[in-house]
Amino acid sequence: MLSIKGLKANVGDKEILKGLDLEIGRGEVHAIMGPNGSGKSTLAHVLSGREGYTVTGGSVTFEGQDLLDLEPEARAHLGLFLAFQYPVELPGVNNTYFLKAALNAIRKARGEPELDAVSFLRLMKEKLKVLHLDDSLLKRPVNFGFSGGEKKRNEIFQMAILEPKLAILDETDSGLDIDALRIVADGVNALRSPERSVILVTHYQRLLDYIQPDYVHVLAKGQIIRSGGKELALELEDKGYGWLGAEEAA
Amino acid sequence: MSASTAVEAIVESEYEHGFITEIESDTFLPGLDEGVVRAISARKGEPEFLLEYRLKAFRHWQTLATPKWAHVYYPEIDYQAISYFSAPKSTDGPKSLDEIDPALRETYNKLGIPIEEQMALSGIAVDAVFDSVSVATTFRTKLAEAGVIFCAISEAVHDYPDLIKQHLGSVVPHTDNFYAALNAAVFSDGTFVYVPKGVRCPMELSTYFRINARNTGQFERTLIVAEAGSHVSYLEGCTAPMRDENQLHAAVVELIAMDDAEIKYSTVQNWYPGDAQGRGGIYNFVTKRGDCRGARSKISWTQVETGSAITWKYPSCLLRGDDSVGEFYSVAVTKGRQQADTGTKMIHLGRNTRSTIVSKGISAGEGQQTYRGLVRIAAKAQGARNHTQCDSLLIGDRCGAHTFPYIEVKNPSAQMEHEATTSKISDDQLFYCRSRGLTTEDSVSMIVNGFCKQVFNQLPMEFAVEAQKLLSISLEGAVG
Repeated sequence: MLSIKGLKANVGDKEILKGLDLEIGRGEVHAIMGPNGSGKSTLAHVLSGREGYTVTGGSVTFEGQDLLDLEPEARAHLGLFLAFQYPVELPGVNNTYFLKAALNAIRKARGEPELDAVSFLRLMKEKLKVLHLDDSLLKRPVNFGFSGGEKKRNEIFQMAILEPKLAILDETDSGLDIDALRIVADGVNALRSPERSVILVTHYQRLLDYIQPDYVHVLAKGQIIRSGGKELALELEDKGYGWLGAEEAA
Repeated sequence: MSASTAVEAIVESEYEHGFITEIESDTFLPGLDEGVVRAISARKGEPEFLLEYRLKAFRHWQTLATPKWAHVYYPEIDYQAISYFSAPKSTDGPKSLDEIDPALRETYNKLGIPIEEQMALSGIAVDAVFDSVSVATTFRTKLAEAGVIFCAISEAVHDYPDLIKQHLGSVVPHTDNFYAALNAAVFSDGTFVYVPKGVRCPMELSTYFRINARNTGQFERTLIVAEAGSHVSYLEGCTAPMRDENQLHAAVVELIAMDDAEIKYSTVQNWYPGDAQGRGGIYNFVTKRGDCRGARSKISWTQVETGSAITWKYPSCLLRGDDSVGEFYSVAVTKGRQQADTGTKMIHLGRNTRSTIVSKGISAGEGQQTYRGLVRIAAKAQGARNHTQCDSLLIGDRCGAHTFPYIEVKNPSAQMEHEATTSKISDDQLFYCRSRGLTTEDSVSMIVNGFCKQVFNQLPMEFAVEAQKLLSISLEGAVG
């Protein structure tokens, strides 16, 4: 469903991704690991269409479409979702209102009927139950004044409502204590399905104790230098990235 | 009526150069002198005291110079080039919608305004009769039962001269400022509201439902008196962009709240801001002031300002009664070439008086916006409190936001809080919304509405919904 071939991307004049290849099939969970500065977050941002990155080579197709040609909202309409490393605060914008607008924008783009308030509330209740969340976050402005853990939980909740075909979790584990990590991981696991693929971008093996990936890739210096099963993550935890010659000169 | 006849005699002699009546438009020739002031008063058949009031104001106005301190720039206004009286049935307007600025028409369509109303708003004479006339009739019956007076101020001058004599100019004296003096001299028409003791006005009063509300002219005068223990909520304006042949508008609004009375005054102002180059927009120089005359009285101003080329407006509260409360909630948008210098004054005179100021300014395009606010705590105002929050939101990099807070405290027991922020809609916020499937425009509108929420919450429900819609439309295309 996602095919990345020889992807090269710059931030300013600096080349960060240097010919990256990755194939992700339907329903698969891939972990992308790597040292700081290896290009993990850049990959997540380029895939979601954030400004400030220049693609200089390669291609990305998602569901048969040239992803790089699309605006961020069009990517969301196709079924791409990015869980932010640092979710953004929107003061005064009610969380429920925001989600309903987002879901209906996606449904409209797909030619599906928009959900009315009652159906949407029903959907929210159902998803809260699946994720074992309470509704306290929903009445507040989007991420505004949320703790780190609340923000990440809110991202997972958004993912549950928007039901993407491909979810990219950008360092979702960063800054979480072990309890918060478990809640977030349980949420992701609850949303796993044969129809939904997941890319976990992470620095630590820790998250993978809770979410078992089908594949693990090591990203270093802008390329995938090693791919394997979940045991690769354990090996990395043991030996560090240096073992793969992946340590940045620092 | 001998005095009035005498006045008319004087007026007659000025007719030749004062104004013309032969043609159907019935508009005075441009120019302002005592003869014109007398002629206006005579036209309206006003009692002597009002003519005297107008003349006093006019003489004072002649001694004044245009204020220059506001942070707005426009060509000097030639007050002798303006006509100061126009009878309601003017035929100078556009003949059909085809003559209207297409951008304006597009906005009407987006707001879902019916064709007949679009025509009326653009000043085209229409034959279609609005429902509002019949609505207004039922409205009046209900108000009369409650004892509430709600009528054109020109009617009130005849029907309730004592009330007018007692209150007109008691909050904004004719000596207050240049535009207030001009208004007092030549005011065209406006609204009068009187709520008797202990009466809670049974409905929101809106100019929309007042017969003759159209064509109140460029020098509108509003007076609202709330007797002890009464309560009234007044809505002014319209979300639809109003086109007007008069470029200069200098209105005066006076509110009086006696003991335990409450007045809530909400405005949505969306006058024509001019075309893309800023040509033809309205100059809006308004003096609005509320007098919390009685103990425990409360006056609350809420305004959403999106129109006009130039806005100069400071709805204020005089907190004279002990424990009285003043509030000011404002959203002002400047885009294109619009300029706004707006804010409030909270004058604390009574003990334990409280005031709240929440000002949200949004600038886009080349819009320039200034918040100018005064909080004064007089020596006798023991235990006074003020909270000011003043936030500016910038969209794009060619607009500007300026803040001039003035704080004068003469009593050491005062508690003052002032918060101010300036922010831009960040790329992060926009990207976050878009990555969830929202278009750039929907994202901006959502972020801006979130920014203004505190103010919108103060508006009556249906007005708040319209204001949100209006804001979204105003800012369309603001972010490229």
